[in-house]
Amino acid sequence: MTIPSDAQLREILVDMVIARTQSGRLWNLQRQGQVGTVAPVDGHEATIVAATHALDTEHDWVVPQYREPLALRRYGPEILECFMLYSLGHPAGGHIPDPIRVLPNQISLGTQIPHAVGISWGMTLRSEPGIALVFFGDGSSSEGDFYEAGNLAGVINAPVVMLCVNNRWAISTPVHLQTAAESFADKAAAFGIPGVTVDGNDATAVYDAVDEARKRALAGLGPTLIEAVIYRLGAHTTADDPSRYVPPEDLEAARRDDPVLRLACHLRELDLWDDVAQEETEAEALGLIDSAFDAAKSTPLTPDALLDNCFSTDTQRLARQRFQLLQARMTEAN
Amino acid sequence: MTDTLDGGTVSDLTMLQAINETLHAEMARDDRVVVLGEDVARNGGVFRATEGLFEKFGEHRVVDTPISEAVIAGATVGLAIAGLVPVAEIQFLGFSYQAMHQLAGQVARLRYRTQGRYEPAITIRAPFGGGVRTPELHSDSLEAQFANMAGLKIVMPATAADAKGLLASSIREPDPVLFLEPLRGYRGIRGDVPNGDHLIPLGVARTAREGDDVVIITWSYQVELACRVADSLHSEGLSVRVLDLRSIVPLDIQAIAEAVTQCGRAVVVEESCETGGFAAEVVATINEECFWSLEAPVVRVSGYDVPYPVGMLEDVYVPDEARITTAVRRTLELG
Repeated sequence: MTIPSDAQLREILVDMVIARTQSGRLWNLQRQGQVGTVAPVDGHEATIVAATHALDTEHDWVVPQYREPLALRRYGPEILECFMLYSLGHPAGGHIPDPIRVLPNQISLGTQIPHAVGISWGMTLRSEPGIALVFFGDGSSSEGDFYEAGNLAGVINAPVVMLCVNNRWAISTPVHLQTAAESFADKAAAFGIPGVTVDGNDATAVYDAVDEARKRALAGLGPTLIEAVIYRLGAHTTADDPSRYVPPEDLEAARRDDPVLRLACHLRELDLWDDVAQEETEAEALGLIDSAFDAAKSTPLTPDALLDNCFSTDTQRLARQRFQLLQARMTEAN
Repeated sequence: MTDTLDGGTVSDLTMLQAINETLHAEMARDDRVVVLGEDVARNGGVFRATEGLFEKFGEHRVVDTPISEAVIAGATVGLAIAGLVPVAEIQFLGFSYQAMHQLAGQVARLRYRTQGRYEPAITIRAPFGGGVRTPELHSDSLEAQFANMAGLKIVMPATAADAKGLLASSIREPDPVLFLEPLRGYRGIRGDVPNGDHLIPLGVARTAREGDDVVIITWSYQVELACRVADSLHSEGLSVRVLDLRSIVPLDIQAIAEAVTQCGRAVVVEESCETGGFAAEVVATINEECFWSLEAPVVRVSGYDVPYPVGMLEDVYVPDEARITTAVRRTLELG
């Protein structure tokens, strides 16, 4: 068992508080009409942050779904910068710069799992050290891609860690309507790989599970399916009203097990956290997101960027369309 | 092997042999090339297109996958991100329905959605097309559906030499390529294939027959039939040009415009359903580029608007020489 040091736990808490604070700011920006749809991170912080703190950022890949970016700070400030562009709807939001090993958000649920298997497989073919960690939800586990990817990963012994974040809800659909299985980790049996369930609100438990799965993968022992059990404390997204379907008593109980408060309490007992640290971290979080948002808003964008990066070079047809688009814009401008 | 005028040599190969030789050559040239798919390794592919690769390049570079078209397509995205050059096989194009969300939603848009961070040097090979009495869903011509997925290049060779030159280019291409191989052509098309490196750029159409009365525009196996029609009508004194598009994306708009401008009459032939087929795209392109040079309306020859039929009705569905000949005569009578 690998327990993160107290210093590591403090770093994990800092990233968790930053993610929670920035998620709140982003929610408000959406309500002000300044950004598009936002998926709040509340309740997912310990799982995402602790999992990525168990990785080697130089070699290990993170393949997110869409709720993770604010909690991936460990992979560099560029993640937030790109995420703000992404939230604005700027195409550059999809270009997380080289050599950062994080893929952009994935909206088509479950499709990222085959990508992670392919990346990790590719690393073994190139004899590169490193693994791929892929995030997906309880709902995504119902997609065919989960089964196809898990099955292939088992067969080829891919160094991939499949992290199922079971937040109990797929928008309004509860887990018992998602699967009749006892647990999502049980599904590992079908792939012939280990399946582990952890308390996803416990940063130490998540860190340990990912660390062990990672070491297994690096030792050539293949993939692991980890189910991190948490509770979605916020809405699915800014377009959702969970009061229509989340039982208030369940939410109340889940709030008592809030992962951020839980780790903060632990570190307060160790005199590693206090109100000042909390306030300073929240202020830092807001400063970071506000400056990233300002930078995103001032990032230039020309209309014919619409046609960029579809192919390595424009086809005859795209070249014509580019010419026509620019001509139409010039006519309109006159 | 035969010597050619330019000092090179050629070999007489079937399209299948040309494809197999090209896969061998590309894997030998670039150790990032990996081949994956159902039955591609130990069995050498159900048509033997990948024969000998497993023995030569080993189990790490030539991989039999589970029967999972979605993860075959999806894994190519990850392999490309990891710096490899995947060449995947979908055993029959009709089975690509089980991979559509990865092909359309992921493979086609990887470069776009990451704004060029990742280079999707991905080739997906699949046989398709009629004429060999396959079971259901083995013969469907789905190229128009893929042409509507921005970001994919769609290459459809008609000769053994082109199969080599276009496959080599596709594998070296930094964009994702769907390389569609006509089932009837695997053993039914053969010809001189240049030995050694032979590359044909994508998006450059080929004049398969010279002529100036009417041009038949088509791709893949239908080029073979169009050439037979052109040869047969030649004895009647008709000069029928055949333009082989070679790839429908990128489309050689310029070559279409030149051919139609010079001939004034055009027939477009495809094997898919008529409604929403790629022939309609070619006709629209002719309208945009050279409408005023037309002496008669363009005539389409397509499959019918039904699912690809079972064996006993196949010959009714797939365009043949008779239907193409009728269409050519019709465009000469019109206008």
